[in-house]
Amino acid sequence: MRHDIFQAIADPTRRAILTLLAIGAMTPNAIAGHFGSSRQAVSKHIQVLAECGAVDQKQSGREIYYQLNLEKMKEIDHWMELFRKLWELRFEQLDKLLDTL
Amino acid sequence: MIFEKDLEKKQLHVMREFKAPVEKVWRAWTEAEQLDKWWGPKPWNTETKAMDFKPNGRWLYAMVGPAGERNWSNAVFTAVGTNTFDYKCTFSDENGVTNPDFPTVYWHITMEQRGDKTVVNVDVRFDDIAGLERLVAMGFQTGFTMGLNQLEELLG
Repeated sequence: MRHDIFQAIADPTRRAILTLLAIGAMTPNAIAGHFGSSRQAVSKHIQVLAECGAVDQKQSGREIYYQLNLEKMKEIDHWMELFRKLWELRFEQLDKLLDTL
Repeated sequence: MIFEKDLEKKQLHVMREFKAPVEKVWRAWTEAEQLDKWWGPKPWNTETKAMDFKPNGRWLYAMVGPAGERNWSNAVFTAVGTNTFDYKCTFSDENGVTNPDFPTVYWHITMEQRGDKTVVNVDVRFDDIAGLERLVAMGFQTGFTMGLNQLEELLG
């Protein structure tokens, strides 16, 4: 399976993990502690997120921390914002046209 | 305007209210002459080459850029009802032959008159996540192949 940023956010657990990490970097154990599912399942999600580039890991002492890759996450918001603006423009043109019909 | 994304379902939903009766809004969305006046956000213009608004009919149009560049799209109407219609759209050449490098985008449009206003709901569904990503990568709009930077410049 190809892993890209859209794959990363296609799953509710992964979105929840991203929301957690939006507050700050966490260890895999701390992340798993927030979910009812097994550590193994959570760690698989973290792995997918890492492969998608949605999160980075950093070493701190003996612990590995995961943090959000903000640049990658911006890609989605950025594009959605452009798409929204495009529709706004288009609809403004439609407003004008409707006045003439 | 309401703009919602549901990436799990690979869908986008846009809702907008217009100060016009549904008959007029319907004409604006289904007559080539009217579509050409508003579909392409400036500085892009829409130029219809062929329009046959009925089930299995098609709308073949180009988005024409400021330098005269043409990006063709072929939309095939899959359902036409009262104040609602569906179509699937692909990038194409000027004869409407699909470019297989890009995914099909499915559109579902419904209109409803409320008092003297008309509410339009647009659902846009993508083939697959990879397809959505490809469209994102090229600064998507159906029939629209400009890069993100250009689009950003345009939208200011």
